Amino acid sequence: MEIPFTSKPRPDTGIYNSKVGIWLFLASEVMLFGALFSAYILLRVGAPEGTWVHGLLNIPIGTFNTAVLITSSVTVVLGWASLQVGNFGRYKFYQAITILCALAFLGIKSYEYREKFLHHEVWLNHKIKVKHGHQEVETDRIIGHLEYEGHHQYFWNTKRLKGTPEEKDKDGKVIKAAVPPVESFKMIPDAFHYTMTPKELAHARKESAGVAHEEIEIKASDVKRLSAFVPSHSTYFAIYFTLTGLHGLHVLGGAIVIFYIWGPGAKMWKTDPQRYMNRVEVSGLFWHFVDLVWIFLFPVIYLL
Amino acid sequence: MQATTHTESHKGAHDAHHHHHEPGFLQKYVFSTDHKIIGIQYGLTALAFLFFGFLLMLCMRWSIAEGANAAQIKDYVIRPIPLVGGLLEKLLGDVAPKGIMSADLYNSFGAMHGTIMVFLAIVPLAFGAFGNYVVPLQIGAPDMAFPRVNMASYQFYFIGGVIMFVSFFIPGGAAQAGWTSYSPLATTIPTHGQAFWLVGMVFLISSSLLGAVNFIATIIQLRAPGMTWMRLPFFVWAQFVTGFLLLLAFPPLEAAGVMQLMDNVFGTSFFLPTGLAVGGRLADVSGGGSPLLWQHLFWFLGHPEVYVLILPGMGVVAEIIANNTRKSLWGYKSLVYSVLAIGFISFIVWAHHMYLTGMGTKISAFFQTTTMIISIPSVIILTCLFISLWGGSIRFNTPMLFALAFLPMFGIGGLTGLPLGFAAADLHLHDTYYVIAHFHYVVAPGTIFALMGGIYYWFPKMTGRFMSEFWGKVHFVGSFIFMNVVFQPMFIQGMAGMIRRMADGGLNYSTFKNPGAVGGLGADVMNMHKIILIGAVCLGLCQIPFIINLFWSIKNGKKATSDNPWGSTTLEWQTPTPPPHGNFDKEPIVVRGPYDYSLPGKDKDFTPQNQA
Ligand code: HEM
Ligand SMILES: [Cu+2]
Repeated sequence: MEIPFTSKPRPDTGIYNSKVGIWLFLASEVMLFGALFSAYILLRVGAPEGTWVHGLLNIPIGTFNTAVLITSSVTVVLGWASLQVGNFGRYKFYQAITILCALAFLGIKSYEYREKFLHHEVWLNHKIKVKHGHQEVETDRIIGHLEYEGHHQYFWNTKRLKGTPEEKDKDGKVIKAAVPPVESFKMIPDAFHYTMTPKELAHARKESAGVAHEEIEIKASDVKRLSAFVPSHSTYFAIYFTLTGLHGLHVLGGAIVIFYIWGPGAKMWKTDPQRYMNRVEVSGLFWHFVDLVWIFLFPVIYLL
Repeated sequence: MQATTHTESHKGAHDAHHHHHEPGFLQKYVFSTDHKIIGIQYGLTALAFLFFGFLLMLCMRWSIAEGANAAQIKDYVIRPIPLVGGLLEKLLGDVAPKGIMSADLYNSFGAMHGTIMVFLAIVPLAFGAFGNYVVPLQIGAPDMAFPRVNMASYQFYFIGGVIMFVSFFIPGGAAQAGWTSYSPLATTIPTHGQAFWLVGMVFLISSSLLGAVNFIATIIQLRAPGMTWMRLPFFVWAQFVTGFLLLLAFPPLEAAGVMQLMDNVFGTSFFLPTGLAVGGRLADVSGGGSPLLWQHLFWFLGHPEVYVLILPGMGVVAEIIANNTRKSLWGYKSLVYSVLAIGFISFIVWAHHMYLTGMGTKISAFFQTTTMIISIPSVIILTCLFISLWGGSIRFNTPMLFALAFLPMFGIGGLTGLPLGFAAADLHLHDTYYVIAHFHYVVAPGTIFALMGGIYYWFPKMTGRFMSEFWGKVHFVGSFIFMNVVFQPMFIQGMAGMIRRMADGGLNYSTFKNPGAVGGLGADVMNMHKIILIGAVCLGLCQIPFIINLFWSIKNGKKATSDNPWGSTTLEWQTPTPPPHGNFDKEPIVVRGPYDYSLPGKDKDFTPQNQA
């Protein structure tokens, strides 16, 4: 039994099956990301003052990543066009660049994530004075790197300060050693503060460039809340990580499919070239969609 | 060159040969890509879940009725659940002490009853089972457009079901926040049940998406030559619109599910407001989130979902009615346009579930209006089906009885929705048993009756044998009576102010406990719980003949004497019985509309779509 129209288009609809499939699938993807973007708007509009902490992302890196993704979109088209004129070698070449771009994108994104996980914010019970370059501000919120026992720490939060008791299994064997509570730690503040306007911020950054930051000793008992830049830090980071994470999964999925078609699946070019071209086209459509999501995502999350 | 060609063609021939010969049991029945096998897999799994969901409900009804009974016993003693109480204690532990249902367990069962019935029973049965089995046959296709995606869709559904089922047995038990899983409740209950629920839902949603893509693509691409859009049986139209609803309404819930999972697992605050206190203490979260956001995203799916539940049922009923009145459906075009209109409008009515959230009168007015508008196409469909009966020489066989009962039952369900659609009336009725009665009338004696009718109707195609007419009628009459015994009193209870989701059936708000309290639930309303429990048990008993009939008839039912024993016009009956892999001996060419019954000048009273 053969399913009709897997490679040739159906005359009256003018389209082959998997193309219908991918368009439908993309429609559902639009609804998926649409819902997340709506959530973004609602959360942002409803955010209590001082909790929408945008402006912390690395814009140059984000811009570069945008360029990487756009490049891959171009090479996908070039690869497909090469296949249309029967130039399999050129297709292989262009699609290899696509896959490399995807990997580069994911690599850069993970670097950005890591940078975030290293940063912390601490909310204090009372205001203290903090120096940013030559400027002194009074604040009860400090962001920056967190140092404890001579090391920069990742992923710290309020719970971590309290420590955890040791955990034993049924026979009394220790399965998790106790973590002693923290009495105090150091923050190395960034030249950034939420109360600053963008202009002031740029000024402060410029001023503090090259100036050594003073470390601030913080007592655990003064801490109201502590969080690394992880999803639970704030609704801003929650939606940032969810959107970019889900997008990253799409990049990964798309890259795997494109790689499969490019590598192990390329045998089909010999046996059923029309269907093979369809596959390349369909995966390319998906790839464009993934890029398009990023084109919306980048300004919304990084710039606005 | 020639040599290679030769070996290649030889290899191809060998492959084909290999395929024809006895695929193993696993390949044939478990990992099958044949839409008919997948349809049957869906059907059996969904029926099992339907039964399981029903049992959960029986336990809950016992707990509720005990609320009324306790008033007659000194110190309000609640008695253990008969028969299964001990088993529950053994399996689930302290949530069922001495076989008595605790409020926590009631909440778990309630949440899972709703979830299972909607996402694991009705939708898979209506869309997965009937859609899979019947749609490709009715449009004259050899299979679905993407057979392997179809298999994956069933497997995702199965995995999602297993995750939901397993969650009963984890410490703390299954999700407790209702099938609607409102935040912050869903996040602050300190067990992992909700995380299981969410992961399970992600699988179920993925399954639905794959299914929806496949159905729509199949209907667009694989219609047989001559099967134009206006020659599609109404059932196919209903499934087509259902596919779009699933495709476009489910992703927002998937997004919401991911966000709630982040809230539960990574401690984010998507749906947790600033200043949230849990157990009297400020929760250690960032806050800043919006509980209403969850409700919007949930109901954006939730309302289209109710049409996912009903449209396939309407499709089945239309097929059965046309066949058993032996005349064409009245207003085929109106039916088609109405079902399309429902599809579109169902995306803009969702907030009628949220009148009490204080979203403002202007927004309420908008959703009130759209809700009234959407009832118009529903009424048109029902009217067309009613008028189709006019002047027909009706055959009252079991499928037809179920289809006929569907009409008034769906009518009651739909009409009682109108007061709910008005904000002013809904303020009183929201979250009461009236709402429960409303939607159960649409889904239980509505959709389930339609699907039951569908099982009796298509059974001869699947097996070549009829199910027993006598036991079918027993099943029908019993179900019809007891469905109404169960759900009719709930309207009264709801209007009297009985709130839903109370493990003790409202004992604490009753005049039993607060004699003379103004607005307290009186003895008459409370005692209806007992009638409902009896009705529910009897309803369960009435399903026994059905279950036996279903399995017994596979081997022993009356033989169908032809491939088209009901004398039907649509294409699924113009194939061998049961249809082979690939469905049609030769591709059907369609030359006429779907319901050409009793054409003048023909010697038979039906003219199949592929016959001149
Ligand atoms: C055609 C007219 C209909 C109207 C005007 C209507 C209106 C409503 C309204 C306003 C509510 C919210 C009540 C409240 O929570 O206070 C509601 C609840 C509900 N309706 Fe309908 N409905 C209609 C048809 C249907 C159909 C066809 C189905 C299903 C097959 C359905 C299933 C439900 C369900 C499941 C709920 C309750 C959800 C929950 O709170 O758990 N309705 N309906
Ligand atoms: Cu609704």
